[in-house]
Amino acid sequence: MKTIFDTSVAGREGCWPCEGKAEEAYIPSELLRQGDIGLPSASELDVVRHFTRLSQRNFGVDGNFYPLGSCTMKYNPKFTEVVAAMPGFTRLHPVLPQLQGAGGQCQGALEVMYETEKLLSEITGMHAFTLHPMAGAHGELTGVMLMAAYHKDRGNKKTKIIVPDSAHGTNPASAAIAGYTVVSVESVDGIVDPAALAEVLDDEVAGMMMTCPNTLGLFERNLPEIVRMLRKVDALLYYDGANLNAVMGKMRVGDVGFDIVHLNLHKTFATPHGGGGPGSGPVGVCEKLEPFLPISRVVKLEDGQFFLDYDYPKSIGYVAPFYGNFGVVLKAYAYILRLGRAGLIRATENAVLSANYMRKRLEKHFEIPYNRICMHEFVASAAEQAKTGVRALDIAKALLDKGYHAPTVYFPLIVPESIMIEPTETENKETLDQFIDALIEIAEMAITDPAAVQAAPRTLPVSRLDETRAARAMELTDDL
Amino acid sequence: MIPDNLLYAKSHEWCSIDGDVATVGITHFAQEQLGDLTFVELPGVGDTFEAGAEMGSVESVKAASEIYAPVSGEVIEVNESLEDAPEKVNEAPYGDGWMLKFRIKAAPEGLLDAKGYAAVVESESH
Amino acid sequence: MPYVPHTEDEVREMLATIGVASIDDLFAEISAGMRPASFDIPEGLSEMEVLARLEGLAGKNAIDRTSFLGAGFYDHYIPAAVDALTMRGEFYTAYTPYQPEASQGTLQAIFEYQTAVTRLLGMECANASVYDGGTALYEALMMAVRKTRRRKIIVSEGLNPIYRVMLGSYTSNLDLEFVTVPHLDGQTDMAGLKAAIDDETAAVLVQNPNFFGSINDFTDLFATAREKKAVSVISAYPVLQALLKTPGAMGADVAVAEGQSLGLPLSFGGPYLGIMTCTKDMIRQMPGRIVGRTVDGEGRTGYVLTLQAREQHIRRQKATSNICSNQSLCALRALVHMCALGELGLRRAARLSVERAHLCAERLTAIPGVDMLTKGAFGNEFAVTLPVNAFEVIARLTARGFVPGFPLGRYYEGLENGLLVACTEKTSEEQIGIFAEMLRGVLR
Repeated sequence: MKTIFDTSVAGREGCWPCEGKAEEAYIPSELLRQGDIGLPSASELDVVRHFTRLSQRNFGVDGNFYPLGSCTMKYNPKFTEVVAAMPGFTRLHPVLPQLQGAGGQCQGALEVMYETEKLLSEITGMHAFTLHPMAGAHGELTGVMLMAAYHKDRGNKKTKIIVPDSAHGTNPASAAIAGYTVVSVESVDGIVDPAALAEVLDDEVAGMMMTCPNTLGLFERNLPEIVRMLRKVDALLYYDGANLNAVMGKMRVGDVGFDIVHLNLHKTFATPHGGGGPGSGPVGVCEKLEPFLPISRVVKLEDGQFFLDYDYPKSIGYVAPFYGNFGVVLKAYAYILRLGRAGLIRATENAVLSANYMRKRLEKHFEIPYNRICMHEFVASAAEQAKTGVRALDIAKALLDKGYHAPTVYFPLIVPESIMIEPTETENKETLDQFIDALIEIAEMAITDPAAVQAAPRTLPVSRLDETRAARAMELTDDL
Repeated sequence: MIPDNLLYAKSHEWCSIDGDVATVGITHFAQEQLGDLTFVELPGVGDTFEAGAEMGSVESVKAASEIYAPVSGEVIEVNESLEDAPEKVNEAPYGDGWMLKFRIKAAPEGLLDAKGYAAVVESESH
Repeated sequence: MPYVPHTEDEVREMLATIGVASIDDLFAEISAGMRPASFDIPEGLSEMEVLARLEGLAGKNAIDRTSFLGAGFYDHYIPAAVDALTMRGEFYTAYTPYQPEASQGTLQAIFEYQTAVTRLLGMECANASVYDGGTALYEALMMAVRKTRRRKIIVSEGLNPIYRVMLGSYTSNLDLEFVTVPHLDGQTDMAGLKAAIDDETAAVLVQNPNFFGSINDFTDLFATAREKKAVSVISAYPVLQALLKTPGAMGADVAVAEGQSLGLPLSFGGPYLGIMTCTKDMIRQMPGRIVGRTVDGEGRTGYVLTLQAREQHIRRQKATSNICSNQSLCALRALVHMCALGELGLRRAARLSVERAHLCAERLTAIPGVDMLTKGAFGNEFAVTLPVNAFEVIARLTARGFVPGFPLGRYYEGLENGLLVACTEKTSEEQIGIFAEMLRGVLR
């Protein structure tokens, strides 16, 4: 498909009818740009048709089952978009509450933030939340900065952060960016093993980052022991909330001893992912870490009014220019109000039910390295199929031909040829069955006609793309 | 694909020594594990390294790996053609795909011969 | 139960397949001692009830005020096509384009976005976005530190103070030294910046127009930085960039911008868009996702995520950044916005904004005691000094339905009487006239 720049015809006008005076009237010419910008000149219909056609070259939850492990691609209820588009929210300028006497103009927005923090605190059992981090990894960085501030305040000399080998790549990256050395701990039987942890745990450990259930979809049943071990050396336990959808109402991370948690509102709380973002990664902390939370904090006064408080001398400061991705927070808030207590629990129960059902139906056809009751996702392996030359990647591509988005492949790193499947609670049983049938059919084809699987996909706008060429040639814009 | 006339580091670099000059690259096994290389990052002429120090990196589409100095010394020549043609490392890791020449500061220590390196490759292939 | 389709019969059937008696059996590994101490969440509401509740909260926000607030975040007109196209579920409900064959829509759109923003800023390469303009600056700073392996950062005080505070927070655990070069009555101190750059300098950070609205040409400064092998970083304002000399033409190594003004509503601070562009020379230091063009087995053009060996999912603790989710949909909005307005439209929006701001400045400075603080060229934002404290004036005018601007005293000591005023193409001449009369009345 041509780029929008290829379709440009000089002189065609977009949707702007007004004309100001030439800029030279106001700004000296040596400060002005030379020549055109190079943006397209196209009619509004040309633009609409171009982007409509582009959209048709995409899979999304609205059109396709999307069992992408670790990403919780559940249905995004449409009414939350109505909420985020309300002019009472979209037209609010973010510096308003910093103006004297203008706090009264944004009470509704401040109340949304206050109430969302309270709800997230109750869901996770944490003492306080900040909504400022703008994505999961941003929450991780905020969390590690909180760890650093805590240890500095206590006079602790800490240099290391422990990360299990099953962790998301963002965990070690976040720890390293905040200035820590990353120490990996090996999993035993798919989970963190206290004996292995003991070998790497010492006084210089600032904290440990965990996902629970972990990226194999397994519950970390040694948690109480891990918490005890970390407390002994004044190390903090961090919860990567990517998999919160597995435990809502079943376990609260605050109750079991986690000190810091980030949530992914774009996963658990159904805000759409938009092809890569925006997300939202609120961070919750236990009581002893509250003084270090980013500023500003939203506070409720005795008269019921809300205001932004910047007076926290121990705060790590600003992680966002304002209050995070407020528009995303709004959608999550509306979703939590809609589901309520029973709805959240029901979401978790059905997510876990669907994952176990798929695991069980698939176990005769694919190797499942840790084949026991899983949480909201499970990891299969195409190691057996790989012997005939059909790899996890080929299976992923063959699924695309059948109209399914592929599961996560080659992650976690500790399972060879891994296929990580997360169905979520919003998919009906027919969809789950059809997807399993498709996988079984592909597994059979891997034996009877491996070349056909290796040649997938054939039904999409493009077949497999030459990624090596892309990286070597570096055509990153229409001009390079 | 492990020539007898070279010395090897456990971290998969090879080196060939001629007087006080060592020519350095990565092994056939290393390039095979990485897949088609897309980028090679090398130090500049005049940089000095202790044996075992990180001195550059190689990237493929799905992986990245650091390169470590197999010997101590000063870089005296860099294979600049790899900047535009990293595929040379895949095609001829011991030939056109060489990376650096060092002026050796001290006799090399702890390097393996072909047999010793073959054992390392054997253990990592499983 | 909303959004969960399983019927009771289906649940029984699925439990039987799994071989357990009840849903509770699936959670057996969570021992009694690990169960929630409480889970006190209100019971669910109907869609209608939630909307009514949120309508009520939205109604508590006063949005009927005429506003001259900017400070880096501007209320520009957004064509209706932007919402209509970007709300399509195929874009909206997709994840990161990990499977390129099923994500050509998102990938080509990002490629077009990269093309549009590099052209707008006169740079060579762009990434697929970071969170916002502030985190873009932080990432640019880290690019410079990695590239130069130096630790001194020169910062112009004309850089948005909100971003300067963010940079301080982000780097508080790192061994970096910041040298802030003070503004001179709202002007960027070009000589001071030049003099501050030395052989230890990793980066020089400036903003155009600066926080006071003043427009500069940084060509000489960037040449000095280049001589000292330091990295030049500039924060730009995308709409005005339709008119202004580009960062690329000035010789910047990295140009970043808050992309909110390109089709994103103010929305109380987010989601916004961190635009990051650089020279080809710096591309290996770039954080985040980048899309490249290539071909498939049949020679058809297609798009993929590329240069991924920089990123956290491959390099883990050695990655250029920890970023994973970005602001992809916001980047799509910015692209559609730029296409819907087109080459002429974006220029016209910028011109009109500049024209209104100059009219506004003329009217306000006609009031006795109100003087221009911003000297020299400015675009759609300028600073004036009032004869009295700006905070009080703002409070009084706000009470009358006018938000007159941003009080400079909030961030700049000694400028308690300073007021920063912004206009866009949406600001009418009539509103400007009323504003001037009200200000005259308040100051009388």
